Amino acid sequence: MIGRLRRARRPRPAPGPAWQPTVERLAWLVGSLALVLVPHLGRVPLWAILGFALLAGWRLLAAERGRGAPSRWMVGLVSAGLLAAVFLRFGTLLGRDAGVTMLVVLAGMKLLETRGSRDAYIALFLGYFLVVTNFLYSQSIVTGLYMLVVTLVMTATLVGIAAPPGTLAVRPRLRLAAVMLLQATPIAVLLFVLVPRLPGPLWGLPKDAFGATSGLDETMSPGNITQLSLSDEVAFRVTFEGGRRPPPSELYWRGPVLWTTDGRTWGPGAVDRSPRPPAIERNGAPVDYVVTLEPHQRRWLFALDLPATVPADALISDDLQVRSVRPVRERMLYRMRSYPDARDLRLGPLQRASALELPAGAHPRTRALALQWRTETADERALVERALAYFRDEPFFYTLQPPLLEGDTVDAFLFETRRGFCEYFSAAFAVLMRAAGIPTRVVTGYQGGEYNPLGDYLIVRSRDAHAWAEVWLEGEGWVRIDPTAAVSPSRIEMGVDAAIPQRLGRAALALEPSEPVQRMWRNLRHAWDAMSTSWNRWVLGYGPATQRLLLGRLGLDADDYLAVGAVLVGAIGSVMLTIALVGFRRRRPSDAARALYDRLCARLARDGLVRAPSEGPTDFARRVARDRPALAEPVAAATRAYVALRYGFGGDLATLEREVARAMRG
Amino acid sequence: MSAIRLNPSRAPGKPSVGPLEQAVAAASEVLLGKERAVRLAVACILADGHLLIEDVPGVGKTTLAQVLGAVLGLSMRRIQFTSDLLPADIVGVSIYDRDTGAFRFNPGPVFAQLVLADEVNRATPKTQSALLEAMEERQVTQDGESRRLPEPFFVIATQNPTHQIGTFPLPESQLDRFLMRLELGYPDRAAERALLRGRDRRELLADLAPRVTVDALRALQQEVPGVGVSEALLDYVQAIIEHTRNAVGLREGLSPRGGLALLRAAKAWALLHGRDHVVPEDVQAVLPSVVGHRLHPIDEHGPRIDSASVARLIERVPIP
Repeated sequence: MIGRLRRARRPRPAPGPAWQPTVERLAWLVGSLALVLVPHLGRVPLWAILGFALLAGWRLLAAERGRGAPSRWMVGLVSAGLLAAVFLRFGTLLGRDAGVTMLVVLAGMKLLETRGSRDAYIALFLGYFLVVTNFLYSQSIVTGLYMLVVTLVMTATLVGIAAPPGTLAVRPRLRLAAVMLLQATPIAVLLFVLVPRLPGPLWGLPKDAFGATSGLDETMSPGNITQLSLSDEVAFRVTFEGGRRPPPSELYWRGPVLWTTDGRTWGPGAVDRSPRPPAIERNGAPVDYVVTLEPHQRRWLFALDLPATVPADALISDDLQVRSVRPVRERMLYRMRSYPDARDLRLGPLQRASALELPAGAHPRTRALALQWRTETADERALVERALAYFRDEPFFYTLQPPLLEGDTVDAFLFETRRGFCEYFSAAFAVLMRAAGIPTRVVTGYQGGEYNPLGDYLIVRSRDAHAWAEVWLEGEGWVRIDPTAAVSPSRIEMGVDAAIPQRLGRAALALEPSEPVQRMWRNLRHAWDAMSTSWNRWVLGYGPATQRLLLGRLGLDADDYLAVGAVLVGAIGSVMLTIALVGFRRRRPSDAARALYDRLCARLARDGLVRAPSEGPTDFARRVARDRPALAEPVAAATRAYVALRYGFGGDLATLEREVARAMRG
Repeated sequence: MSAIRLNPSRAPGKPSVGPLEQAVAAASEVLLGKERAVRLAVACILADGHLLIEDVPGVGKTTLAQVLGAVLGLSMRRIQFTSDLLPADIVGVSIYDRDTGAFRFNPGPVFAQLVLADEVNRATPKTQSALLEAMEERQVTQDGESRRLPEPFFVIATQNPTHQIGTFPLPESQLDRFLMRLELGYPDRAAERALLRGRDRRELLADLAPRVTVDALRALQQEVPGVGVSEALLDYVQAIIEHTRNAVGLREGLSPRGGLALLRAAKAWALLHGRDHVVPEDVQAVLPSVVGHRLHPIDEHGPRIDSASVARLIERVPIP
C-alpha cells in the first residue's frame, strides 16, 4: 500500500499530455465540495448555496460541452457581484457567518475558473477549509464522523486530480485516500495531544454561543419546576471516582438556595461568596466526582450535598451554593468533592432574621396551624416530624397536574387542593417552619439521576429537577428535610418516572411500548449517551487543565514548551520514519543498479532522449542507437550491465558504475 | 536484431534455441508478414500452452496451424467444428469387435501432438467442453478408462469473431484455458502483393520440412520454468496486474491464474530469444496476446480489448 502511495506521489518524468479539467475530475470536485456544504444549508444564506450550485453547474455544463472555463472577464464580474452581495448582506467579510458565506461563494468561483491542476488544488483546499468551518457550528460526534467521510472523499478527489485520467477506479482511489488518512492519523493525534491548548474552547465564539436558557430558574413559584419535569433535556452528567456511588436517596444536587418569599415566589437572599472552600464540619467519607455540565447560560454549578471544594473560576456562598465566575455558555467540566454526612453549622443573626421572614399578613391559616403546633410541641425536632407526619397522613398527592391555586397559594395548597409537585411541598413546608419560628430555607436543584451502566456515570436531566427545604436545628445546624419524600417516597428512591407513572407525554401518546422494546430503547440511549459523553469529556473537553494532567502523567511539564516541542518533533519524526521504513523495506540491492541507471537516463533526457516510464531498458537502448548512433555502443554496454544486474542474475555493480560513467561522458 | 549485442546469450551446454529460430524463419516464408504471430505461436508451444487464433475467415488461421505442425515436426490432426459435431467425434469411440468379443477403443482426432480445432465456436458447448477438458487434463476418459494424450499435446483452436451468425461463443472460463489469443489481421501491402504474386500456399506447405525434433522441443519446453525472474521483474508483473484490477473501464482485473500465464509466456518468450532471464520487454511483448482474452471491458458493446488498448495499458504502468 505504501508502495502504491510512493508511486502515486512520484512525479512522472515523461512530459505527458497537459492536465485537463475533465468532466470526471470536475464532477469529483463539485461532489466533494457539495458534500462539505450540506451541513451549511440553513447556516449560510440560501442564495450563497444556490450561487455555488449555479457556478458549479455552469462549469460542469461547459466541460460537458467540451468548452473550457469562461473568460477571465466573466469570472471577474461574477466574483465582484457575489462578494458585493456578501458584503451587503453582512456589512463585513469577516466573522463566522460572513466568512463562511464568502468561502462558499469563493469555492464556487474557483470551480468556475478551473483551468489547470493548480486551480483544482486551490478549490480543493478551500473545501478542506470548509470542513473546518463546519466545526464552528457543531462539534458533535455525528458532525465529526460526517466530516471524516467528507475528508476521505476530498482526499480521493485529490488523488484523482493527481493521477492520470483513467488509471484509478473509484474504489482504489478511495482506498488510497483512506491509507493516506490513516498514515496521517498518528500525526494528527500527536498534534492534538501535545500542541498547547488555548484556554477556553477554540470554537466558542462568544456571539454565537448564546443559546436559549434552560434548566432551573433563580426563583421558584408554583408550577415552574413542574414545567421542567416534562423535559428530557440533559442538565449534567456525573462520573464518580474512587468507586463510591451514593445511593439514590443521597443524590441531592444542590443548586440555587432561596431565602426570600413574597408569599408565592421564592427568591435568592443576600449571601457572601468566596473562592475558599466552605467551613463545614466534615464527617464521614467524601465522595469525589466529575461533573460535565451542559450550558444553561446561568452561573450556578451543581454539587452534591454538601460541597467541600470549589472548582477553578468558581465561588461558593455561605449557603453552600457553587457559582461560576461567568455564565456557563459552553459545556463545562469540573471536579468536586462532597461530604454527604457533613454539617453546616453557620447561621449569623442577619441570616436568622432572613430565614424566619414571612410576608406580612400572608398565609393566615398556615400560620395558625404552625402556632398551634408550636404551643403543643416545644421541641423543634418534634415539630419538624409533626409537619412531615401532616403531609404523610393527610390526603396529599404528588402529581404533575396540580389544580390551579387561587388566593393565598400556600393556604390553598395546604388546606384545599393538597395536590402538587415538589415546589408546592417545599414552599408550604418552609412557610410552616418559618411560622413556627424555625429558620428555614428552600434549596432547588436536582434529585437522583439515571445511572448509565455502559459509561459508568449518572445522567441528570431537567425532569430530575427538585426542591426541598433546610431547617436550622440548634446543635445540628442546617438539616435537609424533603417533604416530597414524606408524600411520595418512591420519588426519592426510584426517580420521578416511578413516582408518576403516567407522565404527560406518554399519556398523550396513549401508546405504551412493550417491556423489551423499552429496555432496548433504554440501552441504545445509554450507549449513545455514553459515547457522546466520552467524546465531550476527552475530545472536546481536552483543554489546558486536562492536557496538564495528561502530560504530567507522561512526565512532561505542560509549561515547558521546549520539552513538549522536542517530544512533538521527535514523535512525529519517528512516526514518519516508521511509515517510510515500512515503505522502503522492499528496497533491494538491485535498486542500487536502478539508481545508477536512472542517473544515466536523466543524463540522456538532457540530450533530448527521454525514456518513457513504461519503456524497457533494452527498447530504450535500441532507440538511442537509432537516434544517436554515436551513443549506441556505450549506452548498450551500460544497459547490458544494468539488465544483468536487475533482471538477470549476473553482473556486478562496479561494471555498471564504470559503464554508466563512460556512457555519461560520451 | 540490431547489430549491437544487447542481450547476453544463454550459458553454453543448455539446449539450443537455434532450431526454433529456423522454424520461425521457415514458417514466416509461407505466412508472409506474420513473423510476430508465428513467433508468439512458437512461444506459446514452448510454454506448453494452447493457442486460440481469432479472426475473420481467410486471413490464414488454418495455414498458420498447418505451418507450425509442419516446421515443428508434430503429428497433426484437424477437426472441423460444426454444429452437429459430437464429443465422441473428438475423443473417439469404443466399438464392439466381433472377432475378439470385446470393445475396442477407436481413438478420435484429439490423439495427436497438434490438434487443429477449426472454427471451434461453431460447435455446441457440450462438444466444445469435451475438447477443453482434454486440453486441461491432457487425457481423455472414455467408458471409465483414462487414456493419456500424446506429448507434446498442443491445441490450436481457431474461431471467427463471435458476433458472426451461428456461433457459440466460448465462455470466459474456457477462454482462460488458452495461454494466448492471437489476431492475425490483414497482411500489409507488400506482403499482400507477394502473396498475390507467389505460389499457392498449399504447395509451399507441402515442401516444408521439420526444423526441430520432438525430443528437442520437449527439452526446450522443460527449460521454460527455469528461466530466471528477478524481484524487480515480479514488481513489474504485479504492477501490471494491480493496474488491471484498478483500471477504469475493465469489468475485473487479471486473475492470479492470468498472472501466472503472463509470467509463463514471458519466460518462453525470453527463452525463444536466447535469454536465461526475463526482462520487462518480454512481458510487454506477450502481454497483448496473454491478457487480450482475459480482460473484459465494462461496456460489453464497446470496443474489445485489442492490442491497441493493451499498448495503452503498457504505457500507463511505469517499469518499477
